[in-house]
Amino acid sequence: MNALTNYFKSLFLLELFRGLSVTGRYLFKRKFTVMYPEEKAPVSPRFRGLHAQRRYPNGEERCIACKLCEATCPALAITIEAEPRDDGSRRTTRYDIDLFKCIFCGYCQESCPVDAIVETRLYEYHFENREDSLMTKAKLLAMGDKYESQIAADLDAQAKHR
Amino acid sequence: MDFFISIWEALPLGLQTLIWTLLKIIAIVAPVMVCVAYFTYAERKIIGYMQVRVGPNRVGPKGWLQPIADAVKLMFKEIVIPTSANKVLFLIAPTLVLGPALAAWAVFPFNEELVLADINAGLLYILALTSVGVYGVIIAGWASNSKYAFLGAMRSAAQIVAYEIAMGFALVGVLVAAGSLNLGDIVRAQQGGLFSWFWLPLLPLFGVYVISGVAETNRAPFDVAEGESEIVAGFHVDYSGMTFAVFFLAEYANIILISALTAVLFLGGWLSPFEGWPVLGPLFDWVPGFVWLVMKTALFGFMFLWLRATFPRYRYDQIMRLGWKVFIPITIVWIAVVGLAVVYQLPWWFD
Repeated sequence: MNALTNYFKSLFLLELFRGLSVTGRYLFKRKFTVMYPEEKAPVSPRFRGLHAQRRYPNGEERCIACKLCEATCPALAITIEAEPRDDGSRRTTRYDIDLFKCIFCGYCQESCPVDAIVETRLYEYHFENREDSLMTKAKLLAMGDKYESQIAADLDAQAKHR
Repeated sequence: MDFFISIWEALPLGLQTLIWTLLKIIAIVAPVMVCVAYFTYAERKIIGYMQVRVGPNRVGPKGWLQPIADAVKLMFKEIVIPTSANKVLFLIAPTLVLGPALAAWAVFPFNEELVLADINAGLLYILALTSVGVYGVIIAGWASNSKYAFLGAMRSAAQIVAYEIAMGFALVGVLVAAGSLNLGDIVRAQQGGLFSWFWLPLLPLFGVYVISGVAETNRAPFDVAEGESEIVAGFHVDYSGMTFAVFFLAEYANIILISALTAVLFLGGWLSPFEGWPVLGPLFDWVPGFVWLVMKTALFGFMFLWLRATFPRYRYDQIMRLGWKVFIPITIVWIAVVGLAVVYQLPWWFD
């Protein structure tokens, strides 16, 4: 009997029609597509995008060249050189992040004792030359200056989870 | 105007016929090509919608220029011919696939009087031409000199041959019922509204024909010839640019042809579904026959896309089993039934 029902089921394509009815229903379902350049998906405050270096409110750069980020970077993307500045404080003379190597894990941000290096929520960027893939100290500081208010707000939002 | 007429009359008679024929061919092929282009767009949109996304919507308003953009892109791409390929066959193959798909339209009746070549063996002609298409596929697979292409071609050839038989038998049922090979006469034999069309008395043949049509055009779920996941793209792996585009055009032209043929053979072609009905009949009298034909064709075109969005690919032995051991017996039995019904003039359809 079972074999017989199976036979008729397959002969009259019953299962196939059920499949068709499923896709037919989905034809009229609401679509989930986000129209990207016009619409954007919400971004979490913990989003790990392009890097930035921050400054204190008085304009002094935060980074003290402790090289913890360089040590913790699993992709070896960070290169730091440091020297005492004229006023005797230890500062970086070179702080490069190679964005081709960077895997955006966020360990540099987590290891930083002074919250100097952070990853912003910015994910729309591109390079037109190979050299542009290197985030130099100047570029990082410029990023930090430009997005400081956003970075501060994001850090505040995630502070209780750290 | 007189000037042009005098030029026209000055032309030799042979040239006049040639120009007329070319114009008629263009009048059919150009709209078919436009339909093919927009069928690809419809496919991407409809499958997109079934997968809960929106499909192409960037080029032009609502993405309506997408097929144009695709065509332009393909035309400007390089045509790569593999060094070890047989150049002549390699380039003939795509044309050999596309040619029959377009030539078959010659005998196709668009409405009561609009048909390019009203020949008596119309159905036979179409059956013959659609079988020529398989040579293009085999030659493409052979000429590419690649294992994948060759495997794809072999699969496709075996499948097309298997389903050709079932399809042919289904058509035998139609011509027994209609008593003619002329496509126009087949439509005229179905006069009398929705329930007089051949789909009802020939329901099993109708099903077999539609499914064989899907298999003939190598569409999902019968697309083992392409089999992206096993043999990359089957018989057209080595084709690029315009040569690939021609295969693509041929596939879609074939789909439209099969859809239109289904409409003519089983769904009364240009006839109104409400013909001779009390209220609805006169209400829809103003709709031209061509519109009905297009609607019926579009219905089947949509079905092709719906199937593709729904079903996974058949396993190869299942395809063969379905073709040889299910469809051919069904069609043979039903041909006998139809034959008896015609001989004994069974009421409703054959009296």
